[in-house]
Amino acid sequence: MNQSMKPDPATAMPVASPLAAAPKIAARGVNVYYGDKHALKDVNVEIPEKSVMAFIGPSGCGKSTFLRCINRMNDTIPICRVTGDITIDKRDIYDPALDVVLLRARVGMVFQKPNPFPKSIYENVAYGPRLHGLAPTKTALDDIVEASLRRASLFDEVKDRLNDSGTSLSGGQQQRLCIARAIAVSPDVILMDEPCSALDPIATAKIEELIDELRANFTIVIVTHSMQQAARVSQRTAFFHLGTLVEEGATDQIFTNPRERRTQDYITGRFG
Amino acid sequence: MIETRPPLPRGVDFEAPETVLRVRRRYASERRFKAMGLCAVVFAASFVVILLGDILRKGMPAFSEHRVVLPVAFDVGKLDPKGTRDMAELRAGDYAALVRESLRAQFPEVSERKERRLLDALVSTGAPDDLRAAVLANPALVGQTISMPLLLSDDADLFLKGESARNSRLMGMGSLELAVQGKTATLTAAQDVFGASLAMIKAGLAKTATELEAELARFPALAGTNALLDAKRAEPSSRIADVRAREGDAARAETLDATQPSLLLVLRGGIIKITELAPRTATGQVLLPLDPRNTRPDWEMVRYLVPESNRRVSDAEIAWLEGLRARGFIEKGFASRFFSNGDSREPELAGIRGALIGSVLTLLVTLLLCLPIGVGAAVYLEEFAPKNRFTDLLEVNINNLAAVPSIVFGLLGLAAFLNFFNLPRSAPLVGGLVLALLVLPTIIIASRAALKAVPPSIKEAALGVGASHQQAVFQHVLPLAMPGIMTGTIIGMAHALGETAPLLMIGMVAFIVEVPHAITDAATVLPVQIYLWSDLPELAFQAKTAATIMVLLGVLFLMNGLAIVLRRQFERRW
Repeated sequence: MNQSMKPDPATAMPVASPLAAAPKIAARGVNVYYGDKHALKDVNVEIPEKSVMAFIGPSGCGKSTFLRCINRMNDTIPICRVTGDITIDKRDIYDPALDVVLLRARVGMVFQKPNPFPKSIYENVAYGPRLHGLAPTKTALDDIVEASLRRASLFDEVKDRLNDSGTSLSGGQQQRLCIARAIAVSPDVILMDEPCSALDPIATAKIEELIDELRANFTIVIVTHSMQQAARVSQRTAFFHLGTLVEEGATDQIFTNPRERRTQDYITGRFG
Repeated sequence: MIETRPPLPRGVDFEAPETVLRVRRRYASERRFKAMGLCAVVFAASFVVILLGDILRKGMPAFSEHRVVLPVAFDVGKLDPKGTRDMAELRAGDYAALVRESLRAQFPEVSERKERRLLDALVSTGAPDDLRAAVLANPALVGQTISMPLLLSDDADLFLKGESARNSRLMGMGSLELAVQGKTATLTAAQDVFGASLAMIKAGLAKTATELEAELARFPALAGTNALLDAKRAEPSSRIADVRAREGDAARAETLDATQPSLLLVLRGGIIKITELAPRTATGQVLLPLDPRNTRPDWEMVRYLVPESNRRVSDAEIAWLEGLRARGFIEKGFASRFFSNGDSREPELAGIRGALIGSVLTLLVTLLLCLPIGVGAAVYLEEFAPKNRFTDLLEVNINNLAAVPSIVFGLLGLAAFLNFFNLPRSAPLVGGLVLALLVLPTIIIASRAALKAVPPSIKEAALGVGASHQQAVFQHVLPLAMPGIMTGTIIGMAHALGETAPLLMIGMVAFIVEVPHAITDAATVLPVQIYLWSDLPELAFQAKTAATIMVLLGVLFLMNGLAIVLRRQFERRW
C-alpha cells in the first residue's frame, strides 16, 4: 500500500513545494448543494500546473461533484447550486461574463464509462476542433486528428480504420479515443472521472501510462477509487470524506505519512 | 468483538414431501400460464385469419371486370356528319348509338321497345365514353368496323362472376319433341323427363303454403267480431286451399310466374323459359333463338331458385349473357379502372383513385405540419424547458390530448378552420389540419420517449468537448433519436390514414367524382370511401368496399413495415 512513485526527472514537478509557482486551479470555500442536500462543504484546494492531482475517497464523498465543478458540468443539473470561488489561471470560472462553452473547450473531460459518439473514429476526434474552428483546412484537421490519436497512443491501432465506428473499438481503445477527443481541442486541463473503472487491468495500465505522458503538457485531475492508481499516476492527492476535503498533499506524503487519522484509516483499508 | 447472531433458518430439503409438492405446483402453474397464452394467441390469430379471409373473398371480384367484345361500326354519320374530323365534333358524336347497334346486331329477334332497353342496359353507361376516348386518340377509326371491348353493367358483371344468381343444372334425360310457333315453344317427351323439376316447384309450393298457414295463425282468434279482420283472414285462407291442392297432386301441370323459381331449358344453342310445366310436356318462351343448324338432341334444365322478381338480372338478360358467352364474346380482365377512376354512381365505373389521392394529399399536409412542430415541441420540452409546475401541466395535457376522441377534433376543425377561418370545405388542407391535431400528441410523446432513450453520456461527451447545449442536442442527441421519432411518426401517420370520424365533420364525406389535384380541391379519403360504399344498396359496391379495405390495409402494412425497417436499419447500440 505504501508504495511511492519515483518521479521521472525530466517531467517531474517540484513536488515538495508545489505552491511556489502560481497554481493552475484554485478553489476557495466551495460548497455544492443538490437541492437541500449539502454535498460538498467548504473545499479549499490548489492544483499545480502540468501535474496529476488525484481525488480519492469512498463512494458519495463528493470527489466527482468537485471534479464536475471545475468545468461547470454541474450546470446541467437544474437543482445543483455552487458557491465559493474556483479560478483557473486566476480567472473566476463562475464569472457570469465567462462563456461556459469556451471554459469546457479549455477544461476537457474524460468520463467513467467510455462514451465515444456513435460516429467514425475520425469524426469523434474531429468534432471538437471543427466546433471551435481550430482547423481552417481539411489537411489541418487531418493533422490534428492524427496528432491527437498519437498522443492518446491509439493512432497505430486505428490508422487503417479511421472510418470505422468509434463504438466498434474495445473498451480500453474507446477510452483512449475519448482522451484523444478531449485533447484534440488543446485544453489546459483534463478532468478524468474514474477513467479506468470500466476497464480490465491491461487497458488500465495503458491508460495510466498515457496519463503519465500527458502530464508533460496538461494539468490533469483524476478521480479514482483505486488507491494504487492514485499512488502510481499522481503527484498530489486529495482525500475526500463525507463531503469535506480531509487532507491534501504530495502523494508520497499522503500514502506514507498522512496527518489525519481518517486518511490513515482509508488508505490502510479500514473503511471505504 | 464477539457478536451473537440468530441461527440461520433451515435450508431447502430436496426430498421433503412439501418441497416436492411445491415444485409440482410451480410447474403446473407455469404450464397453465403457457397454455393460456397459447390459447389466446390461437384465438386471436384465428379471428385475424377469418377477418382477412372474408375481406379477401369478398374483395377479390372487384379487381376483375367482364367486357363484351363486339364489332363496333364507327359510323361516319353518327360521329362526324359534317366530315370535318374536328376534335370538338368527334367528342360530341353519338357513341351510345354505336354501342346499342353493335349489341342489337347480336340479337336481331329483340324487337319490343321494352326488351330493347333491357338489352341496352347490359352494357355500362361508361362503354360509350371508352369508345369516345378511343376515337379521340385515333380519329382514323371513324368509318371502320373494329372489335371493341364494351364494359358490362354491374349486374351483368356480377351474374357472369356467378355472384348474383345461384343456379343448379340438371342434365336432360331422353329426347324431346320441339315445336316452335313464333316465340312460343312446346316440348313433349315420351317419359316424364320434367318430373324432377316439377317436384322442385311443388316443394316450393309446399313451403309457401306453410308460410301462409303461419301467417294465418298470427291473426288473433276473434272470428266474426271484426269485418276488416275477417277480410284479412279470408285472403291467405283461400290461397292456402289452392296452393295445397296444387302441391298435393304430383301430376298436375303448373303455370310458372315471376314469383316462382325460373326454369331455363338450354337446347340446340338456344334458351327457352318454361312457363307451363307438366311431367311430360312443357310450354315455354324462346328467349334465345335456337340454332337451326344445331341438331344435337341433348338438353339441360337450369334452375334459378331465386324468383325473377327478386333478382337483379331477369331471365331474358341471363339468356342474352349466356348467348354472348357461348359465342365467345365475353372476356374477363383486370379492372384497371378501380385504380384509375374516381367515385361513381355506377358500381362498374367507380374507382378509388380520388380517395387514394385525397388520402395522400391529406397525409402530406399532416406530415408537413406534424413532423417539425411535433419534433420541435418534443426537443424543447425534453431538453430545454424548465422543469416546473407549468411544464408538468403541459405534459399531462399532451398525454390527455392523445386520448381525446377523434370526433371532437373534427368538431374543432369544423368550428375553427371552416367557420372561423373560412377554409374550403371537404378539402385535404382542412383534413390534414384536423388530423395534425390528432396525431401531434402521439408524435410528441413518441419523440420525447426517443430523446429520453438516448444515453445521457452522449450529451455529456459533447458538452465535455465544448459543445453548447443546443449543439449537443441537435448534433448528437436528435440524430440518435431520429429512428425512434420516425417510427412514432409513421405509426401516427398510419393512425391518421385510418381515421374517419373527424373527416366526416369537415365535409370530406361528400360524393366526389373528380380526382383532386390540389390540397384545396374537394376530396375524400380511403376510410371515408369505405364508409360511403358500405352504405350503398348495389351488390357490386360490397366487393368494391372490401377491395378498398384491402388497399387501405395494404398501405397500412407498408407504412408499418417501413417503420420496422427504419428501426432495424438505424438502431444503434451504445
